[in-house]
Amino acid sequence: MKLLPRAILAATLSLAIAAPLVAHGVSKGAITISHPWARETAPGQSAGGGFLTITNKGKIVDKLVGGSTPVARQLQIHTMSMDGGIMRMRQLTDGLAIPAGGTVELKPGSYHVMFIGLTQPLKAGTRVPATLEFQHAGKVQVEFAVQPVTASPAMEHHHGAH
Amino acid sequence: MARIDARWKVTLAALALAPLAACGAPKADGNATAQSSYAAAFGGPFALTAPDGKTVSNETLKGKPYAIFFGFTRCPDVCPTTLARMARLRQQLGADGNKFAIVFVSVDPEHDKPADIGRYVTLFGTPVIGLTGDKAHLAQAVKAFGVYYEKVPQPGGDYTIDHTASVTLMDRDGGFVTTIDHAESDANALAKIKRIIS
Repeated sequence: MKLLPRAILAATLSLAIAAPLVAHGVSKGAITISHPWARETAPGQSAGGGFLTITNKGKIVDKLVGGSTPVARQLQIHTMSMDGGIMRMRQLTDGLAIPAGGTVELKPGSYHVMFIGLTQPLKAGTRVPATLEFQHAGKVQVEFAVQPVTASPAMEHHHGAH
Repeated sequence: MARIDARWKVTLAALALAPLAACGAPKADGNATAQSSYAAAFGGPFALTAPDGKTVSNETLKGKPYAIFFGFTRCPDVCPTTLARMARLRQQLGADGNKFAIVFVSVDPEHDKPADIGRYVTLFGTPVIGLTGDKAHLAQAVKAFGVYYEKVPQPGGDYTIDHTASVTLMDRDGGFVTTIDHAESDANALAKIKRIIS
């Protein structure tokens, strides 16, 4: 039964994580960022994903152009698409537009922040500081709440007949 | 349902086999003959490497149904989402949850060494068989499961990997049963898993 401790560990982590899942957010200028969260990573895993919701209350379009974090070599903005059952992930080198008066969700199955070249594992229950950079709002400090992979919300299902 | 599965897989097979001329991918016209010849085209021999260095093959997996998914550890979204879902569905099956194996194959052997994959799969809190192999062994495995993957260069010299996002379900004899689309509901996915463990 060497697998048992693993199951117990997972269960314990899940319990530990339930508590910190309160909404947290930050505003700067016209931009409001809510609930930034990231997925836990395994030791040695070199990349991880982060998600958040961005609202632009301003009258002009803003753009999330990039950012940085002390826990990874790079922070990139990516898009993910499903094309005939094939997952394709690409870096948005021109940034992600946040329309005037609009909201863009970076969420599983869609856009995400990618932490590339992790210098340490993202541990469930911790918070990862990061700076997000907007074309107009400038630099915004956020903290990604790290959640266990098994607690990840189910993917949104925007699909028709399969 | 079976017809949809067949069409789906043939689309993938056509993509995967596109570079091979006259590959003879079976046509899914929905009749029983096409269905069985189609199923027979999948689940061929393969041999990959486990985190402990041992070989896991179609032969060693025989005796237990399994759900197999191809991805890579730097995949931030579809891979953890899919594996977490398989872990969740297994939990929902209670005691029956251990009647099938969950297999994850990394298609990024340049980056994901067997030991890395071993650490990665422990994240899911349930036994997951983490495998990879060199290019030739992976080619054999993706062919066996009708899976597509392609390394895509990214700005700055890095790369990402496009890959099939569905899970393939195999019976205890290593025969193809069906696939679970990433966008399918948990209820559907669970019903399909029940089929392979019944």
